[in-house]
Amino acid sequence: MGDYVRQLQFPGDSSDLSRRAPLALRLHLDVPLLLLLVVLTLFGLVVLYSASGQKMAAVVRQGQYFLLAYGVMFLAAQIDLKRYQRWSPWFYLLGVLLLVGVIFFGVGAKGAQRWLSLGGFRFQPSEILKLVMPLTVAWYLSSRTVPPRFKYVLACLLLVAIPSVLILLQPDLGTALLIAASGLFVLFMAGIGWSYIVGAFLLACASAWPVWMYVLKDYQKQRILTLLNPESDKLGAGWNIIQSKTAIGSGGWEGKGWLNGTQSQLDFLPESHTDFIIAVLAEEFGLRGVLFLMALYLLIVLRGFWIVVYANSNFGRMVAGSITLTFFVYIFVNMGMVAGLLPVVGVPLPLVSAGGTSVVTLMAGFGLLMAIATGDSGRPR
Amino acid sequence: MPQHIPLKDPGGEARIFIARTLFSVLLVLALLGVILARYHDLQINDYEIYRTQSDRNRVQLQPLPPKRGLIYDRNGVLLADNRPSHILSIVRERVEDMDATLADLQQLLPISESDLENFQQKLQRRRPYEAVPLRFRLTEEERALLAVNRHRMPGVTVDAQLVRHYPHGALFSHAVGYVGRINEREAQSLDERDYRGTFHVGKVGVEKFYEDLLHGEVGYQNVETNAHGRVLRVLERFDPVPGADITLHLDFQLQQTALAALGEQRGAVVAIDPLNGGVLALVSTPGFDTNLFVNGISSADYKALRDSPDVPLFNRAIQGQYPPGSTVKPMMAMAGLQAGLVTPESTVADPGWYSLPGDSRRYRDWILKIRGTGHAPRVDMHMAVAESCDVYFYDLARRLTIDRMHDYLSGYGLGTRTGVDTTNERPGVLPSTRWKRDTMNQPWYPGETLSAGIGQGYMLATPMQLAAATTVLATRGQSRTPRLLRSVAGQTQPNEARETITAPPAYWDAVHDSMRAVVHSARGTARKIGEDIRYQMASKTGTSQVIGIAQNAIYVEAEVAERHRNHGLFIAFAPYESPTIAVAVIVENGGGASAASPIARAVLDAWLVEEAALDSEATAGALADG
Repeated sequence: MGDYVRQLQFPGDSSDLSRRAPLALRLHLDVPLLLLLVVLTLFGLVVLYSASGQKMAAVVRQGQYFLLAYGVMFLAAQIDLKRYQRWSPWFYLLGVLLLVGVIFFGVGAKGAQRWLSLGGFRFQPSEILKLVMPLTVAWYLSSRTVPPRFKYVLACLLLVAIPSVLILLQPDLGTALLIAASGLFVLFMAGIGWSYIVGAFLLACASAWPVWMYVLKDYQKQRILTLLNPESDKLGAGWNIIQSKTAIGSGGWEGKGWLNGTQSQLDFLPESHTDFIIAVLAEEFGLRGVLFLMALYLLIVLRGFWIVVYANSNFGRMVAGSITLTFFVYIFVNMGMVAGLLPVVGVPLPLVSAGGTSVVTLMAGFGLLMAIATGDSGRPR
Repeated sequence: MPQHIPLKDPGGEARIFIARTLFSVLLVLALLGVILARYHDLQINDYEIYRTQSDRNRVQLQPLPPKRGLIYDRNGVLLADNRPSHILSIVRERVEDMDATLADLQQLLPISESDLENFQQKLQRRRPYEAVPLRFRLTEEERALLAVNRHRMPGVTVDAQLVRHYPHGALFSHAVGYVGRINEREAQSLDERDYRGTFHVGKVGVEKFYEDLLHGEVGYQNVETNAHGRVLRVLERFDPVPGADITLHLDFQLQQTALAALGEQRGAVVAIDPLNGGVLALVSTPGFDTNLFVNGISSADYKALRDSPDVPLFNRAIQGQYPPGSTVKPMMAMAGLQAGLVTPESTVADPGWYSLPGDSRRYRDWILKIRGTGHAPRVDMHMAVAESCDVYFYDLARRLTIDRMHDYLSGYGLGTRTGVDTTNERPGVLPSTRWKRDTMNQPWYPGETLSAGIGQGYMLATPMQLAAATTVLATRGQSRTPRLLRSVAGQTQPNEARETITAPPAYWDAVHDSMRAVVHSARGTARKIGEDIRYQMASKTGTSQVIGIAQNAIYVEAEVAERHRNHGLFIAFAPYESPTIAVAVIVENGGGASAASPIARAVLDAWLVEEAALDSEATAGALADG
């Protein structure tokens, strides 16, 4: 425990750190964050084994994704923060161009074009923006004073708006909102006035009606209506929510035991290994398991904020703040939607839900965090 | 704190970030608190609700239908057993589009209108997630087709269930009856709980009469199913109690003999063991294959059976009401003796006809048109029975009067249902002045008494009633309700006798002796069947005039003549000294008793001669019962 406390302190206490963990520092690894992530991903694999219907193949594949993601994280952590700062506008431009490309050449399903297909390799350009967006806004603001002046705020909003609108056109409301949020979080961290925030909040409330009328698609409206009254469509859209609430509630405090969740093992729970995996966890491990997961997430988020506070540059602070907040948004939205608090949007439970893309993006983000935590400025070499 | 801050107001900027970070932490904690509150609410406060819901999701209570009791003949020959049959059922809740699924299924296998109708009806009264049967008796090929297509038809299941089967087809159609699919009306009267999972119920005959015995008690099992309704494991199980196996008094050999003897003729044979009332044979021809009815008869098959002029669905043995004709004469003679109107020695003048005092109308004896004269100048009781003299009984009937005749003959069970343990029995008619006033609102005419005296006119009896009456004659006044049921699960069912006729032995001796002469005398009306006979029987022939059978009022032009011929009847018990079998035979439009008597002889031979060795044990048992 003593070691742990000391390690938690390391970004700020370089003398202590250089003595205790020189290797970690040389490798640009934030040991507490890494340990938390390892515990989280291992726990995620345990839950996934049960949620996938006890298919070892699913666990192995997810494990491979994790290995890839840890590799990406490691690489991301090695890159100098200044390089991120320099490259971000070019990546932003590339991302925007690809998003425009999606609109013209994109492929997709269910009435949405989200992928670009390059030589048989399909990927979502919006995924790039998840990291590039905070980097770019932070790049723009880093050369200016904080809190930013009004015209710079407007410029930032434009930077946020362009890719967000492009993604909204795909249409992919959930991702558009997440990416917009990641840019806005940078503004928030940069200390824009509360009047802007409150004003934006009021504007959002005021626009609820026109958005409902003119922007939301029918299926999106249906999701919100289903949230308000899942019983209205028991076997259709309400099914998922009713079954996931049943799974969570029937877990109780102790849970039914690993692999013993009836809702998940007997296929009552849809998407049990992807977006709804928290319901499996809640059913089999009970509220205890949920608390354990929440504690892990909270520690990761707190570690993220710790890095914000001890970062050496405004750029690093803003990026780290945005990444941490965005990570938390994933947690909140996913856990909220599965528990019937929020409408069902396609947001995975970070690092637990099965899937490759989101894991790689998230871990790249953590690599960025580590790069910030172990950055050059003021660091002993 | 960081040592190098490349910004103009490092302290101020750092404060901003720290402030925003603190705010973020508080926001995160608050939002996590909201989430936690929600999970706490679901998992702790509403735990019971969701636990129950989850159990209801996965656990289903499935009824386990009991195995229907088997039916055996007296020697252990299986008359009704159960065979596995594959049933196609649908669970409404799991079907997305019922119409499309039904259309799909109809592409794969034939589903009749009545199947669909039945299905739609049952769909209305099922419990949630209960499988409703659509098609029974799937063939191997149909099952294979369904198995291949199952994946695209959620909610469609194929189960094996034991279904009634009658191994002997038409042989026992009227004796045993049959089960059929529970219809709407039956569903309302049957106990819903007892018949969960059971699709069949006794419709007719023993199958219906002993439904409660044969059905058994339903069992239940709690099964865990997945979201697709597939049973994964059984959590707990309460076994059903199978229906009782029952043994009937019926004798397979005797039944077969009677059916063969009747051949193509329409008629009925009822044989009863006089010592215990056990029904040894119950045949009505033509019969039908009862298996047709088990899983829903096709409308073409049903139409053929219903519209056949031979009315095979009509159970002549218990529903056919025929004028008993001369078969009542032994009972009339007994009544005359009891009433003191005749003695064995007293005689009546027989010119071949009879007329009422002050009435010129002549009531002819049947022999008049054959011989042009009566049986003899004077006829005594013995001759009157042996040669079936009408004049003797016209005179007796007149003196006895109709109401006393009614009282004496009712001791033989005529005019009331015998109470045999099967369904749809009819009571026949034993007329009286009161009966005629009540049913026809008309006075009784003296001439009608004479017709009644020879078993014609209003008098009607079923073959079952005649056989039962013959047992009363055989046992000298002991009456037993005829019984098909011999034992239940090995327990023999008692059948107590009531003495319905009390008379001096000499009277019985005289009547029995006259009945013996019917076959065993040179002038007996059935002397032809007495050739090479190895036992003695007491019997009586009968011929009844056809006025028209209400039950089969379908007349085809060419068949009118045939259908107007007299019915032949014959009753007998044997062996003469200690009777072990009483039999009544009727051959519709057989012309006369000569059509019926050889059939009775065949049945008696089968019982007394061919089976004597085999069945001595059973008879000893039957004697013990008596």
